[in-house]
Amino acid sequence: MALQRRWEKAAALAGRRAGGLLHVGPAEWVDAAADVAASGGQLLALWGTLYPESVPAAAVRAALFVDGGLLVLELAVADPAQPYRGLHEVFPAAARMQRAVTDLTGIRSDAADQRPWLRHAAWRADEWPLAAPTAVPRVAVPAADDYPFVRVAGDGVHEVPVGPVHAGIIEPGHFRLSIVGEKVLRLEQRLGYAHKGIERRFTELPILEGHRLAARICGDSAVAFAWAYCQALEGLCGATAPPRAVWLRGVYLEIERLQNHLGDLGALGNDAGFAFGLSQFSRLKEELLRSVQQVFGQRYLLDAVVPGGVAADADDEAAGLLAARLGQLAAAVRALRAIYDDHAGVRDRFAGAGTVLPELARRLGLTGLAGRASGQPADLRIDSSWPPYHVLTPKRCLRRDGDVAARVAVRFDEVEESCRLARALLSELPGGALRAPLAAPDPGPPAVGVIEGWRGPVLVALESRERGRIHRCHAHDPSWQNWPVLEHAVIGNIVPDFPLINKSFNLAYSGHDL
Amino acid sequence: MLKALRTIAGIGIVSEPAPEPDETLRLREVLQAEILASLGRALCIRQVDAGSCNGCELEIHALNNPIYNIEGLGIRFVASPRHADLLLVTGPVSWHMAVALRRTYDATPDPKLVVAVGDCGCTGGIFGAGYATAGPVSAVIPVDVAVPGCPPSPERLLQAILTAISPAVRGAQAAER
Repeated sequence: MALQRRWEKAAALAGRRAGGLLHVGPAEWVDAAADVAASGGQLLALWGTLYPESVPAAAVRAALFVDGGLLVLELAVADPAQPYRGLHEVFPAAARMQRAVTDLTGIRSDAADQRPWLRHAAWRADEWPLAAPTAVPRVAVPAADDYPFVRVAGDGVHEVPVGPVHAGIIEPGHFRLSIVGEKVLRLEQRLGYAHKGIERRFTELPILEGHRLAARICGDSAVAFAWAYCQALEGLCGATAPPRAVWLRGVYLEIERLQNHLGDLGALGNDAGFAFGLSQFSRLKEELLRSVQQVFGQRYLLDAVVPGGVAADADDEAAGLLAARLGQLAAAVRALRAIYDDHAGVRDRFAGAGTVLPELARRLGLTGLAGRASGQPADLRIDSSWPPYHVLTPKRCLRRDGDVAARVAVRFDEVEESCRLARALLSELPGGALRAPLAAPDPGPPAVGVIEGWRGPVLVALESRERGRIHRCHAHDPSWQNWPVLEHAVIGNIVPDFPLINKSFNLAYSGHDL
Repeated sequence: MLKALRTIAGIGIVSEPAPEPDETLRLREVLQAEILASLGRALCIRQVDAGSCNGCELEIHALNNPIYNIEGLGIRFVASPRHADLLLVTGPVSWHMAVALRRTYDATPDPKLVVAVGDCGCTGGIFGAGYATAGPVSAVIPVDVAVPGCPPSPERLLQAILTAISPAVRGAQAAER
């Protein structure tokens, strides 16, 4: 079978379990993607890289997840101005990624929608942040630009613009709701407000220090991004973190999942008019943060994962204390779950709101937590089973209803499971070093790190062409896949349910905008 | 409902006392008398994420939990700058948010206060200034109090807000730092 041959070729080329890199021609590029899609695989990320003064001058890469493994397709681009064949017809999620590639590198796809995506007014259409040798410091604030939203016409249709400054403590983004009466006909998102030039900034940092920036791509997924960065870097170096560090990374990642799920479960109760939920879950979250601070010295683990290992240890006593606290937390959340389940008003708001049925979820590539609430089983901790998860047999938390209630249920299930996983890891922490010594890697092809963060699979692709320096670091948040699905989820719902539906996905702005 | 009420009664009041203001966080002293005369300790805050990684937002959210209980101090977050006395701004300010931040500032009625939050809000942090970022909040709007940290703890945030609305302590104490 064609796919099998590609796999063998990929394995022969790369010889590594994670991230076989496969060079393809323009025809194979789309064929291979279609093969992967036909066998149930998904697009994980798509990014472009420029190679000034080299031949070819650029490359577009697509990371695909299929059969529990990662396949990276590489398409050489001789002339960035000549459009390459986009993957948007095979994977709809590719559309925005391709627009972002154009904004940052000038490499153009053949898709019909050529509107800018990450670029607003901060730089011109003929300037490419990943191509220019130096930044031009600006003194004046750029004017707001005029983005061509799709207009909905008809009797009684009007638009509700929301953002970029939102009514709560929320990241910046713009939502254009076309409504008739109370009903949403169409939602169009516009993102890019939090664009900070992260991928350009990476190229200015030493490769052994990039993990600090990786942890700040998206604050609520700091562990996932820092781990993915370090996994890619360790892949380039041919190094592995010592067992104790790997176990602790697992603990951090499950704590990060818990912190976010507790925050969301409270906020979702609040958005459904049940302030009790916000009070109780935010109290539990604060208690968890304080325990984490007590044990690891940080409330949020932004500086815990480092190249070659970890920077925050827990001695036996501290590990025992944290494990005990997690046991109490699981019990407290079970009690609150019973209260949510009993509350008719909450149930009524959650059930049937923002539904994404499994078939639509599959077609659009809905991923991670939201995907598992719509019958998409992918969970890298189980399917790919990287250490330390290979010894844990995590439980798959799956629902098929695809509504707010399902996304809440998956969070409740995952809180229970994360408490179990973190306790299991803490009870069997291996002895030994926290960190393996790491020297800057030899220049060569990129390596990829993928971690199942709390939202879904987080990817970092890292490439060095000069010892100690980063040529290209691409960071991908699962929100890229899930934002477009949110546009579908709200169709036909009433406007007041939009905040609730949006919160039930809780997608990243900074992690997406880079 | 009974279960919820029992939970509330069982847990009781968990709020902790607020920290003292910290003069070292103050950048400038303008409008103080005027603001304090009109506000007392009741304060409305409009939070603006001008490009942060969302780490600071996580800790700002914590101010609303029952332990920090910011509403118990007469301070609350509001949905519009037109209702606000103080802007709590996280950074680095992305150029794509600069216009929105400036407009939010202009829409906030005088007299108004600005607290810049986090290493990035104070200096631009790890992102610095470049083609996509203006750097610190003060590059785009005037800042009264700046609280560093990555992210700053809720206690430090509360201290910064309380510093902004307390009379400036001049002389010896300010000179000590």
